[in-house]
Formats: sequence, C-alpha cells, structure tokens
Amino acid sequence: MTPHVETVGITKDYDSLRALDRVSIAAHLGQVTTIVGVNGSGKTTLLKILGGLDTPSAGRVLIEGHEPIPAQLRTHCTMVFQRSVMLRSSVHNNVAYGLKINGIPSQEISSRVKSALALVNLDGFEKRHARQLSSGEQQRVAMARALALEREVLLVDEPTANLDPANAMIIEQAIKDSARSRAVLVSTHNLPQARRLSQRVIHLYKGRVVEEGEASRFFTNPSDERTKLFIDGELQF
Amino acid sequence: MDPIIEGIIQAVNLILTGDPEVVSITALSLFVSIFGTLIACVWSIPVAVALALRSFHGKRILKGLFNAMIGVPTVALGLYLYLLLSRAGPLGYFQLLYTPYAIMIGQSVLVTPIIVSFATGALESVDPDLRTLARTLGASDLQTYSVVLGEAFWGVVLAIMAAFNRAFAELGVAMMLGGNIRYLTRVLTTAISLETARGEIALSIALSFILLGVVMSLSVAINLARKSSQ
Repeated sequence: MTPHVETVGITKDYDSLRALDRVSIAAHLGQVTTIVGVNGSGKTTLLKILGGLDTPSAGRVLIEGHEPIPAQLRTHCTMVFQRSVMLRSSVHNNVAYGLKINGIPSQEISSRVKSALALVNLDGFEKRHARQLSSGEQQRVAMARALALEREVLLVDEPTANLDPANAMIIEQAIKDSARSRAVLVSTHNLPQARRLSQRVIHLYKGRVVEEGEASRFFTNPSDERTKLFIDGELQF
Repeated sequence: MDPIIEGIIQAVNLILTGDPEVVSITALSLFVSIFGTLIACVWSIPVAVALALRSFHGKRILKGLFNAMIGVPTVALGLYLYLLLSRAGPLGYFQLLYTPYAIMIGQSVLVTPIIVSFATGALESVDPDLRTLARTLGASDLQTYSVVLGEAFWGVVLAIMAAFNRAFAELGVAMMLGGNIRYLTRVLTTAISLETARGEIALSIALSFILLGVVMSLSVAINLARKSSQ
C-alpha cells in the first residue's frame, strides 16, 4: 500500500547542528503513527517539515507519491502544537479562523465548528473567550481547530505534555477518532500514550530513525538496543 | 488682577464663545495633524510589518536608524524640507511651501520614525507561535501579517496616537514650512508662539488649553476604548 505521506532522506541542519539525519518514514490513512524519542531527538523538527512549516536541508516530503512545495503541503497537513496558541477571540472564532481563510462558505463553517467542538467535548463553548479557558480546554480548542479543517494529514506535537489525565484522555480519543479518515502522526515521549494510540511507532534518536514498526512488536520485542533502553527509561541523551 | 489669572478668564471666554480665530486655528491644526499622521501610516505600518516579521540584510541597522530619528529636531527637519519645497528646490515646481499641505508633508515625515519604531515593537511583542499557527491553518503571508496586526492592534493604535500628539504639538516644521500665515497656515503651536511674543497672553493661554485638551482627551479616549475592548 502506498503511504499517504512519507519523507525520503530528510536532513535538517541548523548551522553546525544536524537536527535530522536522512530520515525516511511513512504514514498511512486510517492509522496513528507515533514518533517517540527523548527531548531534542528531532521529533518537532520532523513534524514541522512534514507540515510545510520548515524546509529540509536535503530530502523530500511526498504526499501520495508526489512532492508538493511547502505552501502546498499546508493544504494537505495541519498541525497541533505542544503549547496551544489562541487568537484573542471567542472559541467559535478560533475554530472558524482556518475555515474562513480557506474560503469555506459561512453556512458550512457553523456546522463544522459545532462538530469539531463536539469531538473534544466542548459543546456549548462557542461564545466563551478562548484565552480565558484552562490550558487543557485551550488544547482541546486547538485540536478542534485542526480537525475542523478536515486535512488528510494531522500532525500532533506532544499533545498532552502538560495536561491533567481527564483532558489528556479527551485529546487521545479525538486523535483516535480522527485517524479513521486521516493519516495521523503524533510526537511524544510518553510511552504509555504511544502504546495506547498507535498502530505504528518510530523511534528517533539524535535525529535518526533507529527503530520503526508495528506498535505491538515495537514495545514487546524491539530490535535496537537504544530502543530497548528508551522503553526501559534508561536511555541517556 | 493677576495678568495670568486675567488671561485664563479671557481664554475660557474665547473658547466658550467660539472665537472665530481660535476655531480656525484649531480646525487647521487638527486637519493637518490628522492627515499628516494618516499619510505617514500608509508607508510606516508596512515598513513596521517588514521590520518586525521579515528577515533581511540590514534590518538591525534600519531599526536603529528609525529609533534614532525619533528625536530629530523639528527645526532641522523643517529646514531640510524647506530647501526641498522652496521655489529653487527640487520640489519647488509644486508650489507647496507656505500651504497647509507643506505642513502636512513635514509632519508626516516627522512622525514616520515614531510610528515605525513603536509599531515594530508592538508587532514584535506578539507571540511568534501565532504566525506558525496561522500558517499551519493555511494562511498566506498577507493573512498571517493580518493576524499579527490584529493581535498588536492596540500597540499600533498607541503608536499612531503618539505620532499624532507629536505632529499636533510640534512647532519647527509648522513654522518653517507653513510660515504662520493668518487664516491660511497658522496652527496652534505657531499661534501660541506668536501671540506670546506679542503679549496676547489670553489668546495664547486659550490656544494652549485647546492643545493640551486635545492631546489629553485623545489619550483618555484611546485608553477607555482599549479597556472596554478587553
């Protein structure tokens, strides 16, 4: 099966620092692929390149086998960040913003906003000021904002890093639900979460893919020594 | 009676009775300063957006230059613009010297560094992640700038207000480019200067009350609007 989104030999250099080194990964529609790794392993950089928010020093990003330019990539992918950023406006306007700038008709915007908010258990929050919500609720608004766009690739960077278990559970459920019609890539260093969410897992270490495979095998029978150490919580960076 | 107190009483009387000369001077001052500031906004805000949100060579030098130009002496600026607009100057053909338009042009040049520097600061203070967010939601460069401008709205408004206050209260440019011609180019500051020299303290005080009143009312109005919007 052709992957929906893939990277081929992506390298990213920041001056003398190599953040990503010939990274080739793939993600399929209907699956959650989790990118795990310690802080600084290159997870966020990889997601930003996949989302057209950064350009690689070398390598390519392919969507269904074709290579779009970064601006076109943003019409296929959208990203939810670790730290949610809210526009200074209502919850409705935050979720509707992406739809408006993408030329969605206004009658469709209301229904999409409503459905997206329902996916993250925020029904009835439309008129609330987004910046006055708790951080967990803001992250759920950020997730709804991304889901409302209905892009075929959803990139989620450390989605529950600072959230309480209740909010984390809602976000995780929304990720699982959204994967039915999308290719979802989630970066996390939270291994139990990766185990709960993903069909495939990729382990990034110092900018390189050191292990990749089905989630069940990845956690029970990893082949790379560094992945074994990472799963046991003993990997030094 | 103390001449100052007498002057204040006469000044209040001039304002309350709507003295035609006071009205004319005030109206012209507001006209040239409002339009001078708005004209400056046309180029200053795009420059501020570029300085705050784009990367290019020489950006730091340019920012430093605009910051340094905030304190430019109005008389010096007035002199250079006089040389440009005078009959023998490169723009003499347009015969703008000693017209309200000359003051307007001078004030727009004068306030440009204020708008650019303050608006740049306001735009730079907006969370950079907001731009990344807009882009991931599919915003073009222009739409991204518009989001950042929206976030920095009140900072930009304060920059424009500071510019207007500077234009409204400056003397050098208005004197050198306008010539302080009665009912044509006489504005509040040039009139205060002239009337004080002539010993017309009451008229000077009346005009200074208006000058201060406009500047303070504008500040209060902007702050009230800002608070009510939050």
